[in-house]
Amino acid sequence: MSGESYIRRPNRPLQIYAVVFLILLYVPVMFLPLFSFNDSLYVRFPLEGFTLQWYGELFQRDAVWNALWNSVRVGVVVAVFSTTLGVFAAKAITRYRMPGKGPMVTFIMLPLVVPLIIFGVALLVLLSQLGVALSLYTVAIGHMIVCLPFSIAVLIPRFEGFDASIEEASADLGENAFWTFWRVTLPMVGPGVVASLMLTFTVSFDEFILAFFLSGTEPTLPMYIWGQLRFPQQFPSILALSSIIIFVSFVLVFAGQWINRGALSGSAKGSVS
Amino acid sequence: MSDQTLQTRSAPVATQATAGRFGRLMQRSEAARGYALLAPSLIFLGVLILVPFGILLVMSFWTASGFGFDTGFTTANYQKFFERPIYTALLNRSLFISGMVTVFTVLLCYPMAYYVAFHVHRHKMLWIVLMTLPFWTSYLLRVFAWKVVLGYEGVINSALMNMGLIEAPLEFLLYSQQAVIITLAHAWAAFAILPLYVSLEKIDKSLLEAATDLGDGPVRRFFRITLPLSLPGVISASLLIFIPTTGDYITPALLGGPDGAMIGNLIQKQFGPINNWPMGAALSIILMLCIATISLVFILLTLFVRKRVS
Amino acid sequence: MTPQDRFISIRNVDKYFGSFQAISDVSIDIGHGEFFSLLGSSGCGKTTLLRMLAGFENPSSGGIFIDGQPMTDVPPHLRPVNMVFQNYAIFPHLNVRDNIAYGLRRQKLSGAKVNGMVGEMLDLIKLPGYGNRKANELSGGQRQRVALARALILRPKVLLLDEPLGALDKQLREQMQLELRELQRTVGITFVFVTHDQEEALTLSDRIAVMSRGEVLQLDTPTGLYERPVSREVASFIGTMNFFDGRVTGSDAAGLTVDAAGLGTLHIPGPKGAFTDGDTVHVALRPERFELAGEAPAGESGHARGVVRNAAYLGERSHYYVELEGVEAPVAVSAQNGSGSSFSVSEGSPVWLKWHNEAAVVLRPE
Repeated sequence: MSGESYIRRPNRPLQIYAVVFLILLYVPVMFLPLFSFNDSLYVRFPLEGFTLQWYGELFQRDAVWNALWNSVRVGVVVAVFSTTLGVFAAKAITRYRMPGKGPMVTFIMLPLVVPLIIFGVALLVLLSQLGVALSLYTVAIGHMIVCLPFSIAVLIPRFEGFDASIEEASADLGENAFWTFWRVTLPMVGPGVVASLMLTFTVSFDEFILAFFLSGTEPTLPMYIWGQLRFPQQFPSILALSSIIIFVSFVLVFAGQWINRGALSGSAKGSVS
Repeated sequence: MSDQTLQTRSAPVATQATAGRFGRLMQRSEAARGYALLAPSLIFLGVLILVPFGILLVMSFWTASGFGFDTGFTTANYQKFFERPIYTALLNRSLFISGMVTVFTVLLCYPMAYYVAFHVHRHKMLWIVLMTLPFWTSYLLRVFAWKVVLGYEGVINSALMNMGLIEAPLEFLLYSQQAVIITLAHAWAAFAILPLYVSLEKIDKSLLEAATDLGDGPVRRFFRITLPLSLPGVISASLLIFIPTTGDYITPALLGGPDGAMIGNLIQKQFGPINNWPMGAALSIILMLCIATISLVFILLTLFVRKRVS
Repeated sequence: MTPQDRFISIRNVDKYFGSFQAISDVSIDIGHGEFFSLLGSSGCGKTTLLRMLAGFENPSSGGIFIDGQPMTDVPPHLRPVNMVFQNYAIFPHLNVRDNIAYGLRRQKLSGAKVNGMVGEMLDLIKLPGYGNRKANELSGGQRQRVALARALILRPKVLLLDEPLGALDKQLREQMQLELRELQRTVGITFVFVTHDQEEALTLSDRIAVMSRGEVLQLDTPTGLYERPVSREVASFIGTMNFFDGRVTGSDAAGLTVDAAGLGTLHIPGPKGAFTDGDTVHVALRPERFELAGEAPAGESGHARGVVRNAAYLGERSHYYVELEGVEAPVAVSAQNGSGSSFSVSEGSPVWLKWHNEAAVVLRPE
């Protein structure tokens, strides 16, 4: 329908509000890259001059590379495991009638709401009581708790988005459950799987609170940054590192969401008109 | 023709008969297949959520002694919490800050979600992705960015001084409750928008037309139809912000200063420098109970109000 | 024309959505108390026209007047019209009573008065005692009645109905058609009814505007539309119609003489528009205007010889497809059973078709 219709006619003040809102959402974060190119130890106006010095410094630091490698390893493992479990769980939640589904789904989604500090300390207590040393493994386990519900939340609209009778047709044509999943279900939910991998990787890569409680001697990248925040002379190079991380995260998340936009538009039905 | 169908049909039946009891259960029971698919996630999260909570609960009744624990059962930690005003003060402040953050975020996000749900017709997907994008990216760095903005020599202060509007940096910007509230509201905005948007988008446009047709102008229509129907989204957005922010400790640690400290900072210190894990465990349990109670009251209250209104 | 005949006046209305013209130069007058239908297939512009009456869309040009008042700048919530929406748009968070009383709020009536009015409405729509039901506890037919009551309680000058029966199953739909017609006579309000179902339009309406591609093809009474369609498009949209290619060979005051393929030469009485000798035309005849006979009929009526290709017994009536020489498509014939004149017809048997020339309609080819 046309934008002229009574209910949907344009609302100028609301439009301005929305644009300002969107700009303000991004502005604070944009100061990080701005000052990362500033030729000064201090984060303040006026800007002194353009430099790539702080980025250059980063490259020469082994600690940065080590932290990066740690974060990537944890992120990949967490993304793969949580997405794998997430695909099965999302299929179960959307496709099967089972008693007690509601409470089970609520339980699975709990980590998205409960303050992460609680999970952090609870896991810390458990691990210390079991005598397990803190390491990247314990960080990965902690991240799984958050990333698994995220993965399921991303995948559910995907499964809801296609008709279950397509799977039934495959079964009817003689494929068993495994091949049906491999030949029909997976390609249909493919974009959701890719999005889930990218989003869970980003969440894990950027995660700080759980890593704070669960990491041992090997820091992840956010842990490294936290450690450096105490040293004022490190500030500019931290700005540079943060800018890189934010840029990569934005690209990954945007790409993930864009690949998966079909599922999102399922919740935005009626937008095409 | 019929012979052929009979033959091909009988083949799977034969293989099914040879499959084990488990296979037959899977074949027959839809629920069993569902549980089987859900089991890995459920077991994983069950073990990693329930077991640690159990131990946390147990530990909250222990006491610290030297580098170890005295595992004798005692409610000393809980007594200590209620005896020392600093603990309850911190908890109250946390709840207050989170409450303010929740109110501001929902009020600010609602028009935005409304705009995208009702007034964006093209590139709707792009708007949704752009609105929610920051949420997925580093929380630490977003808070860090606010430190850069609000800092003593930060963006706002240095810009204002540069323009000659102020002589000395405004101190209240950093290390204050306001700084914590602004930062938290900004950081969680992207999280609040989605439930608001979904609940608004779900409203059948013909209901709005019907209300108009029956004599309501835009304002009355909003309060009689749009707002009541989007209430579930408002409730979930409120809870999605209120609950996690009560336990936050990064923002107060970076921006709060002594006036802006929250219960999360205290819990973190019990497991860090203070090294009194049982007290930390007790504080965590108290925080959880507090959140659960407030959420429950909030949900019941809104349901009650909604009943009364309609 | 009296003002009562022009209670609603749609004057030269155009409507563009971007570059797409949804309505082109439509002018319609609707009388007070009339049951008026807009009939057409989906996308013909009938719903757009209705929404313009309600105020949800504004005409790109032209004007709409209701009871003499121009409606152009009147927003929908201030117009003296109410609408029954296609999906009924029952407010899900309100019960039946609050749905029906929704629009009364502006009138600032006492609670007792409102309850009284709602009670009357519930009686009128035959749902007494349903006031406390939730919207989701209602069946399709009940929702439809609540939507009607919600609009009628405001005593609008015009009630707009957007395919209100489309979501109901056949039996319920037929029952609701009767009730709707009865209700309209009881309340005496002008109804403007949008439908794609020609049978529904014929059953309910005083007059019908047949629409296509944003234009009104014909505006007439149900009988007029059925018996005297002005174009082949209208004729084929309303009911079944047989068309025969023909040529005008003579015209005089008494009528036209037409040579039609398969039917032979027909003398069709009455002035049939401006046709001149040599014009190619279509001769249209309804299936029930034919009769089947075993032997060549005597008398004035037209007749032709053919072969039955297909016969279907439908109880009250039988449908036949008869092949005529020189006509490509078989002729549909609908005959009443048990009228005495029938004889046994089976597929493949030769028959005579007979008809009265007065029943034939001459149309311009498109």
